[in-house]
Amino acid sequence: MATYQEFIQQNEDRDGVRFSWNVWPSSRLEATKMVVPLACLFTPLKERPDLPPVQYEPVLCSRPTCKAVLNPLCQVDYRAKLWACNFCYQRNQFPPAYAGISDVNQPAELMPQFSTIEYIVQHGPQTPLIFLYVVDTCLEEEDLQALKESLQMSLSLLPPNALVGLITFGRMVQVYELSCDGISKSYVFRGTKDLSGKQIQEMLGLTKPAAPVQQGRPAQPQDHSISSRFLQPVHKIDMNLTDLLCELQRDPWPVPQGKRPLRSTGIALSIAVGLLEGTFPNTGARIMLFTGGPPTQGPGMVVGDELKTPIRSWHDIEKDNARYLKKATKYYDALANRSAVNGHCIDIYAFALDQTGLLEMKCCSNLTGGHIVMGDSFNTSLFKQTYQRVFTKDYNGEFRMAFGGELEVKEMGLGGTSQWKICGINPFTTLGIYFEVVNQHNAPVPQGGRGAIQFITQYQHSSTQKRIRVTTIARNWADAQSQIQHIEAAFDQEAAAVLMARLGVFRAESEEGPDVLRWLDRQLIRLCQKFGQFHKEDPNSFRLSESFSLYPQFMFHLRRSPFLQVFNNSPDESSYYRHHFVRQDLTQSLIMIQPILYSYSFYGPPEPVLLDSSSILPDRILLMDTFFQLVIYHGETIAQWRKAGYQEMAEYENFKQLLQAPLDDAQEILQTRFPMPRYIDTEHGGSQARFLLSKVNPSQTHNNLYAWGQETGAPILTDDVSLQVFMDHLKKLAVSSAS
Amino acid sequence: MNVNQQAHMTSPYRQPQPALQGYAQPGYGGPPTQYAPYNGPNPGYQQGPTPAGYSPYSSLPCKTFPATLASDLSSNSSSPLDLGPVRPPPNSGPPPVSASQGYSQYTQGDVQNGPPTMSSQPHRPPVSQSYLPGSQPAYHQQYGAPHTSMQQMTNQMSGMQVSAPPPAVSGYAPHSSNPQTSVSFSGAPSFTPHSVSSQQNSPAASLTHGQPPSQSPFPGSPSLSQSPFPGAPPPVSQPQYSSAPPASSQPHYSGAHPLPASQAQFPGAPPPPSQSSPFHAPPSSFAPPAGAPRQPGVQPMQAPPHSQYLTGPPLPHQPMQGPPLSQQNHAAPGMQGPPAQPAGQGQGVQPQQNGAFGQMSRPQPGYGGSYPGPQNYGAQPPPPAAPPQKRLDPDSIPSPQVSALPAVQKTRHRIDPDAIPSPIQVIEDDQANRSSEPFATGVRGQAPPLVTTNFQVKDQGNASPSYIRCTAYNFPCTSDMAKQSQVPLAAVIKPLATLPLDEAPPYIVDHGETGPIRCNRCKAYMCPFMQFIEGGRRFQCGFCSCVTEVPPHYFQHLDHTGKRVDCYDRPELSMGTCEFTATVDYCKNNKIPQPPAFIFLIDVSYNAVKSGLVDLICAEMKTLLDYLPRESSEADSCIRVGFVTYNKVLHFYNVKSSLAQPQMMVVSDVADMFVPLLDGFLVNVNESRAVINSLLDQIPEMFADTRETETVFAPVIQAGLEALKAADCAGKLFIFHSSLPIAEAPGKLKNREDKKLVGTDKEKTLFQPQTSFFGNLAKECVAQGCCVDLFLFPNQYVDVATLGVVPSQTGGSVYKYTYFQVPSDGDRFLNDLRRDVQKQVGFDAVMRVRTSTGIRATDFFGDFYMSNTTDVELAGLDCDKAVTVEFRHDDKLSEESGALMQCAVLYTSCSGQRRLRVHNLSVNCCTQLADLYRNCDTDTLINFFAKYAYRSILNSPTKTVRDTLINQSAQILSCYRKNCASPSSAGQLILPECMKLLPVYLNCVLKSDILQPGADISLDDRAYLRQLVTSMDVAESHVFFYPRLLPLQKLDVEGDSLPTAVRASEERLSKGGLYLLENGLHLFLWVGANVQQELLQSVFNTPSFGQIDPSMTNLPVLDNPYSRRLRAIIESFRAERPRYMKLMVVKQDDKLELIFKHFLVEDKSASGGASYVDFLCHMHKEIRQLLS
Repeated sequence: MATYQEFIQQNEDRDGVRFSWNVWPSSRLEATKMVVPLACLFTPLKERPDLPPVQYEPVLCSRPTCKAVLNPLCQVDYRAKLWACNFCYQRNQFPPAYAGISDVNQPAELMPQFSTIEYIVQHGPQTPLIFLYVVDTCLEEEDLQALKESLQMSLSLLPPNALVGLITFGRMVQVYELSCDGISKSYVFRGTKDLSGKQIQEMLGLTKPAAPVQQGRPAQPQDHSISSRFLQPVHKIDMNLTDLLCELQRDPWPVPQGKRPLRSTGIALSIAVGLLEGTFPNTGARIMLFTGGPPTQGPGMVVGDELKTPIRSWHDIEKDNARYLKKATKYYDALANRSAVNGHCIDIYAFALDQTGLLEMKCCSNLTGGHIVMGDSFNTSLFKQTYQRVFTKDYNGEFRMAFGGELEVKEMGLGGTSQWKICGINPFTTLGIYFEVVNQHNAPVPQGGRGAIQFITQYQHSSTQKRIRVTTIARNWADAQSQIQHIEAAFDQEAAAVLMARLGVFRAESEEGPDVLRWLDRQLIRLCQKFGQFHKEDPNSFRLSESFSLYPQFMFHLRRSPFLQVFNNSPDESSYYRHHFVRQDLTQSLIMIQPILYSYSFYGPPEPVLLDSSSILPDRILLMDTFFQLVIYHGETIAQWRKAGYQEMAEYENFKQLLQAPLDDAQEILQTRFPMPRYIDTEHGGSQARFLLSKVNPSQTHNNLYAWGQETGAPILTDDVSLQVFMDHLKKLAVSSAS
Repeated sequence: MNVNQQAHMTSPYRQPQPALQGYAQPGYGGPPTQYAPYNGPNPGYQQGPTPAGYSPYSSLPCKTFPATLASDLSSNSSSPLDLGPVRPPPNSGPPPVSASQGYSQYTQGDVQNGPPTMSSQPHRPPVSQSYLPGSQPAYHQQYGAPHTSMQQMTNQMSGMQVSAPPPAVSGYAPHSSNPQTSVSFSGAPSFTPHSVSSQQNSPAASLTHGQPPSQSPFPGSPSLSQSPFPGAPPPVSQPQYSSAPPASSQPHYSGAHPLPASQAQFPGAPPPPSQSSPFHAPPSSFAPPAGAPRQPGVQPMQAPPHSQYLTGPPLPHQPMQGPPLSQQNHAAPGMQGPPAQPAGQGQGVQPQQNGAFGQMSRPQPGYGGSYPGPQNYGAQPPPPAAPPQKRLDPDSIPSPQVSALPAVQKTRHRIDPDAIPSPIQVIEDDQANRSSEPFATGVRGQAPPLVTTNFQVKDQGNASPSYIRCTAYNFPCTSDMAKQSQVPLAAVIKPLATLPLDEAPPYIVDHGETGPIRCNRCKAYMCPFMQFIEGGRRFQCGFCSCVTEVPPHYFQHLDHTGKRVDCYDRPELSMGTCEFTATVDYCKNNKIPQPPAFIFLIDVSYNAVKSGLVDLICAEMKTLLDYLPRESSEADSCIRVGFVTYNKVLHFYNVKSSLAQPQMMVVSDVADMFVPLLDGFLVNVNESRAVINSLLDQIPEMFADTRETETVFAPVIQAGLEALKAADCAGKLFIFHSSLPIAEAPGKLKNREDKKLVGTDKEKTLFQPQTSFFGNLAKECVAQGCCVDLFLFPNQYVDVATLGVVPSQTGGSVYKYTYFQVPSDGDRFLNDLRRDVQKQVGFDAVMRVRTSTGIRATDFFGDFYMSNTTDVELAGLDCDKAVTVEFRHDDKLSEESGALMQCAVLYTSCSGQRRLRVHNLSVNCCTQLADLYRNCDTDTLINFFAKYAYRSILNSPTKTVRDTLINQSAQILSCYRKNCASPSSAGQLILPECMKLLPVYLNCVLKSDILQPGADISLDDRAYLRQLVTSMDVAESHVFFYPRLLPLQKLDVEGDSLPTAVRASEERLSKGGLYLLENGLHLFLWVGANVQQELLQSVFNTPSFGQIDPSMTNLPVLDNPYSRRLRAIIESFRAERPRYMKLMVVKQDDKLELIFKHFLVEDKSASGGASYVDFLCHMHKEIRQLLS
């Protein structure tokens, strides 16, 4: 299997693609019998330092319904200067520029190592990147101050020609005009009144009755001059904007006792969307929403301003007791769609102790490829550094962000052609794409054939270039009846786990939690039945091949994960976790499903240990990475030593080093991860230890007393089943003929 | 005619009508004397009359007039005299001449013409040309030196006019003189006057007699033509006149047509002197008149008018006379004398006249012949008598008859303007008589001096007339009586009026936490009308009679008269006006109010920027902000200010003191206005000075290149309102607006200027707002105490009727500067703005008028809002705003306790203090109509009428409104005539002394741009003026309707006295003169074409008329006494009025003169408004119709 592992790894490195099945069943029926759907995780903009983009445009298949891009899998007749589309078999003439083509003089796109290739499109106007800040002013003074500083800092990180705009909101919404000297000028909107995009543009004076010329060119500069009042190149209004941010005051309207401040998040977003919609449609733009509390008025409000009415909880939602939920969700959904249509993405930075309405607003980011970052306060490094990381640059000094992405998938022998729009993409954005084999059972794909899939990603690079990245991959077809072992061997359990988890999360968005779990369990059991080796009704005989061995464990942790479990999580938190889960790449996703636990001790170098309560030992330091949190847990003894201050003593230098080791490792993770995880330093008995305890497999609990008091770990006070119990049940069910 | 008769009858009249005699007597007396002289002169008529007669008249008249005055005033009852006597006196001196001329001229001319035969042609002309003929001696006189004498005459004439009859008489007089037969008739007497003519008295007498004549006529007629008349006389006095005069006159004419006539006229003039004497001693005078002389006197009077006609018609004489008379009647109802004739002439006359005119010349010769025929007389007399009776009065009849006669109009013109009541005279007299002594308000029921009079007020328990003026100071006791008289019972209240510098502002009384003491039942405030009883333990309310306990802390013992011992220590017990500090109970929401705020909302659309307005406002604002109103005790104003600019969106400014630069916040969502900021919008001027100045510097720059032409309006008000709401305070919005708000927004308006509607039943819609939106908005404003002042700078229609709704309902003001240009209107605007910003103003005011039982305030006029029937709510109330309140009976009033009213205004001062200003006024109650009519204030009445009418046009066709006004006035006057005036000929117009000017002022109201628009006045202007008048006080409305016209030729450059004004008529303008005219809104300097170069030099710094720049709005500053004085006068005028008046220089015969002439309100107006004379005739007709 090593070969498969290598193959998989190689494929991922080269194309950013991981399939659940690397050999494809040849008919629809068989595909469904596989339980785990034929699907892949695709990272469209996977960083490829070794892949220089080519400076010309792709050659397309001439069939209007196909338009696939010339790729290494195409058959080429060098003499006739013809190539056959491997998707529709259309024969195409090479364009004149390819006149000198021959089998020794191939263009890059025909070389096998360029199964992924990036073209730079030269034509079309280059519009600068646009950053529109939407800032909540109903913050505590400190928070606002911290936020202002971060924003000011961010100005220095932007490319000089990037356009920036500023909208603030509280009880009202203010759109700042940045072009004027002297007097600072802003347009103010009532926070309670929904306005259409057109109205907003009218009110901002963005519609010019004149300019009936439809020729695009003349209209372009004019549009620019109008909109320039609100969106200005950073280099021009750097000082202005810095001053403006500096003078930004908290929302002045008094907040009576027992009330929440009136916060018009909904309108602010609507105006931001409307503003960009009118001025820069189909141009890469980020709307960055910074909010410190829930929307409390106007459309999109999530909770009333009475403090005595708490913001909705899962309990309320289940009881259908969340008054504003549906309306607000619908509102933000509509906004998100508008924004997506125009290729603008919306980031949400929600920093507050209480919920801020992410549940309702999440679609804004989810549908547009924007970020969501959640935290307690803007005055934390969590925010500051995460925000800074948004503007990190790649090896070329380019931003690790792209805009207005449009992904097109062309398959052969699979479902129809599809297109998606992902307004904001970064190199880590990973999509789960689920395919359907359309061939009927009685007309399977011929044996030995290869199925091909082409991903065409068009996007606006942060350097404002328009680029097209084309990834073409092929996999073998196999008859599930006769070649099941091939298929089985080509199973990528990691990818499958993530893909199934994504399906589960998707279902959880619309279904009740228990239903999803039940569905997940059923799938798992079916998979085990399909691929397990066992004797009927004999659980002990149950075996899974190596390529499936980890899969149940992933499922066990997935069931306990915050993506499917809402207990102890607020609706906002759930939304936040899910948001990230469905967009991170495979590795990160796996961490989210099954956190990684490292153990540090005097007994050897740090080692990964089982995510199990048995790993919690007094003389160890544990480092747990759940993606969202980094927990450093000092075992009981270690904690005592630390308290006693041994690390300060020269003779215990080694202890000091031991203490330092996990910190350094954590730092490394903190440096690279986006969003920055919550960093927790705790110890045995500490209240924050719960983060660790809730994650580990409760192999020892107050219920299984046999382990009580032994030096084998820490008991977890929970009624959750342990992995052992889970596996036992699984085996039993898998072998049962009843199901 | 009458005169003659009177003269004859003298004895009889005296006896029967003492009162009349009183008045009449003087007049009569005069005539008689004249007559006497005339008689003598008969032969000498020709001689004496012309030359000698005039000069003497002048002198004589003077005497007579004063006399008449005295009599009039003294004896109110002198109904007939009213007009005659009063006016004559004033004018007497100078006017007589002109007057006499007026009449005499015509008459003279006519007469002369007539008599001389040669004059035949002239006859016609005179009529039509009346003035032109003036070129003849008569006219010349008016203008020329003779003026004096002439004027006197006119005055007298005026008196006469009232008593219309004179003309007839005059006509007759001459006749009488002419015909020998006359001898037998009054003729003899008439002649005698002639002889006397030298004495001049006779003529004067005749004039004044005008009135008396009517009375006298009867007697006279009988006496004279006893034989014929006898029969006639008995029936009706009037008929008698008619009959009588003709008879007498005819003979006269026949006697000495040519000369005599002229003489007769002259005699008319001369009479004045005689009158003078007679007036003094009416009885005595009468006596003489009784004698032959009277007739002559009378004759002369009548003669003139008639003579004209007559002259023309000579032949027809008798018959002619008839017609002419009738004509006269028509023309000037006052001229009743004639009517009689018409009656007699009846049929024949008209045709004759027609023919007569043409024939005029011819007839004359014939006159002699015809005249001779005494038969005519005989015949005529009888017929006249009969018909008149039937028809009631020939006078009344006139209309139909007249209508038939084309000549009528001409006759009307014949009435001498100087002979009718002169506003100037009345004003001057009042100023002369009443300005020296302070007016003490302690005496109940005493009418204050006129508004035009400078006088000091001593508050002795009733509010100063500066605060309250009533239409009547003797209220009828019963509603029946009130209904009968039709005199509106109203008060014009100006609660925060600015007092003259030498009067102390109201005392402020602080009763501490308990607040002012009030009646338990009606809640009236403690005032001098509260009666303390039971040793001071309780007090009885003067309004509702309820007895209330005196709170212990307020207890005080009573003295032996029942007055509290501390009465004079407590302003509320001794003063008509005082002010209480209000407690928190009197505050909105029981919360001490915040200091008010001023918000300036500036239109920055293209038009406003282009006209330089925005620059101007911003520049001015910097200094203006130092002069916000403040309490006298405070160094700085507490008022906070805020700024907004707008076109079709609004820009708010954050001018918080901590900012380095102001911040602009644009609100484009005009459909749903809100205030985008809280902190930093309303600021203290001193704290934010730097930021504000920076803002004011930048506003013009920011919008210098604007191309936005559309504006919104309602959202602007909403913005201010919301800002005040947010700040939880009251305040005032200053909106500077340029165009019709057509931008998409609430309250969006469309251009609906449709001049075709003018004059139709739909005209009222032009004054109604386009939409009810603003009404509702105003309501909200009032609730918040948000007063809106609107400055308009339109270049075209802006729909003032709609835009003005909010200002007018919130107690604000509207200012309008059409075609605003900085050079020409900048000064006016800035001065208005300064004054508007600086003037004392109260906010969030509620005014309530309480009255004693039996009477109730039923209707209110002014700029305010009422949510119920009693409380007048004013978001803002400034020192210039007046509210007119109408009272109605709901029960009987008692003479003993009088009628009390208390006007309490609760308001927030400019420093945020809640205060109560209380004005108390008591008036008498009367059971006699005469008392009512004796104590009226015509100026206030006009104020009421104007406001009433101007409001009515919102709901009724303009014509209906005009008719209503005329009817009510006619009823008022006829009621007086019927009930208070001594019996007299219906042909006489008898006006109450106090209402002498009612017709002329009423005419001004009727022909105002609102009720009778000319073609050139825009709908906006009409709506604007309509709203202006709504809040005017009496002084303003007075000058607005009857502008002040000052001759400047003989300016007293040293002293500070103003020249005596002249009447607003083109006739009064001399080509060589310089005149200043003001009406409170406009200020004109009229330059005659023949003004002396020196004068031009000293005023305009140019020697040539042609070089005067008509576009100047201020006179050049020249260092000569005349220029200094003139500019000082102009400044003083401006200072006197709430609005700054731009000076317009009008050169005679220049295009602009048309505008100027519009304000010569005694003349016929271009829009068809009646001249004073015509209107007076019309009123007379109306009155007579009512009397019949």
